[in-house]
Amino acid sequence: MSDTPTTLKSKTPQAHRPVTTESPGFRVALIAAVIIFLALLLFAPLVAVFAEALSKGAIEAIKSLANPEATSAIKLTLIVAAVAVPLNAVFGIAAAWFITKYDFRGKALLITLIDLPFSVSPVVAGLCLVLTFGANTAIGGWMVAQAYPIVFALPSIILASMFVTFPFVARELIPVMIEQGRAEEEAALTLGASGWRIFFTVTLPNIRWALLYGVLLCNARAMGEFGAVAVVSGKIRGQTATMPITIEMLYNEYLSVAAFSLAAVLALLALLTLTLKTLLEWRFADQLAAAHRP
Amino acid sequence: MQIEIDQISKEFGATAALHPVSLSIPSGALVALLGPSGSGKTTLLRILGGLEFPTAGRVLFDATDATNLTVQDRRAGFVFQSYALFRHMTVFENIAYGLRARPSAQRPAKAEIARRVTKLLELIQLPDIGARYPSQLSGGQRQRVALARALAIEPRMLLLDEPFGALDARVRKELRAGLREIHDTTGLTTVFVTHDQDEAMELADLVVVMSMGRIEQIGRPQDIRARPATAFVKEFLAV
Ligand SMILES: Nc1ncnc2c1ncn2[C@@H]1O[C@H](COP(=O)(O)OP(=O)(O)OP(=O)(O)O)[C@@H](O)[C@H]1O
Ligand SMILES: [Mg+2]
Repeated sequence: MSDTPTTLKSKTPQAHRPVTTESPGFRVALIAAVIIFLALLLFAPLVAVFAEALSKGAIEAIKSLANPEATSAIKLTLIVAAVAVPLNAVFGIAAAWFITKYDFRGKALLITLIDLPFSVSPVVAGLCLVLTFGANTAIGGWMVAQAYPIVFALPSIILASMFVTFPFVARELIPVMIEQGRAEEEAALTLGASGWRIFFTVTLPNIRWALLYGVLLCNARAMGEFGAVAVVSGKIRGQTATMPITIEMLYNEYLSVAAFSLAAVLALLALLTLTLKTLLEWRFADQLAAAHRP
Repeated sequence: MQIEIDQISKEFGATAALHPVSLSIPSGALVALLGPSGSGKTTLLRILGGLEFPTAGRVLFDATDATNLTVQDRRAGFVFQSYALFRHMTVFENIAYGLRARPSAQRPAKAEIARRVTKLLELIQLPDIGARYPSQLSGGQRQRVALARALAIEPRMLLLDEPFGALDARVRKELRAGLREIHDTTGLTTVFVTHDQDEAMELADLVVVMSMGRIEQIGRPQDIRARPATAFVKEFLAV
């Protein structure tokens, strides 16, 4: 009996090697490839943005951000995200709910429609909005007459951002809700709970992580959207120019410190979003694990 | 409560899950719906609970028409096949859910809810698991919690879909005795679904044998054993 451990030990390297394991050389090469890829495509550009923004010192960078054009762009982007993201969260939940909790004809078609913004070029989406709501259309003309134009104004920027970011929340929720099925909701029904109560006490807690993830992605994309907004906003300086649009305009005018400072703020907002997500995941790791066990 | 199923049929699109079936369940009885997979047991149970509406026919509770009564108003304690415990709530919160969901006029005070939950935990002989989450329970414990949760609403009847389906043989035997005991102390009219004939025969006062959406035979276990009404029943029992 006493020699059992040694015999076991001598076998270990071969016997315990999982069948899925590749050769060590291959593994190192794979990891190196991923790191190089990330460095080239992610870290280097990110560092470059900050380096460029600070190339004439922090004072210059901050000064350029205090410029009314920049502050207006930051404000506009935040307003657009603050309106578009909650609305898309609500629509996304509604769509996912409808698709997963009911059986109906044309379900597959609806799922495809939800994905449409992913496959349509944002510029085309912007043009469609202009054609539908522009000043020379019935709705658009009427709104202009009421002194609330849609196109080349805030409403169209919000609509364009919403169109582009619509799939994020629904796409995150649908697989989670399909996997969870209807059993818990049905149980709550038999216990006498009303529809709203069930939604807030059963459905929402069960999807909260997927929802959070979808909302964060949606937010990041809404703040960064360029193509669709470029078409519908008219790029009016200090009025309808969002952060990405303003960055492009500043860059084209060779105001590189101003352009990159604003770009750095946008990048920081994105990093903040990711940090928030990571923190939440870390803070609630236990609950997350519990929720994933059936 | 006495339950009367009057010519109930149910179609899902083109498939007929239930051909018109009629069944009368006396108040306080413990009834088994027994039959092979796809025979319509779950469908019939869900119609009783109000989770599914029949294509035609009526359901009567104590001789009053309950066909169009909503799930919430039926007050049927329902135990799901996979238990369907709320995974993000503790056992305590799971059991308290139905009491907390009541309209404020009928909702018991906090202390009263706690007292009732504690009592139910004792009834299922798991007094110390109130703070745990469903993922931290064994299959048998989950089943008993699901039963306690259903009982918490002071149901008018108890409906169980394959309550012991996912458990090993020894735990099944234990829980069978537990269900019998709870039925006898509460006196609730109880309907449970099973495809295990031993379970049905051992536990139920009345066995309803189903096949392909039809009721083949209704009777006491010993009568069904002694006198199978159709060739199907004879063959099903022989297995
Ligand atoms: N939601 C539904 N949509 C379509 N068909 C359904 C639905 N629910 C049940 N059916 C069909 O109705 C028939 C009866 O199903 P039911 O679930 O009542 O059977 P069961 O006796 O409970 O079977 P099991 O022992 O496998 O649970 C089956 O043919 C099933 O395919
Ligand atoms: Mg079934």
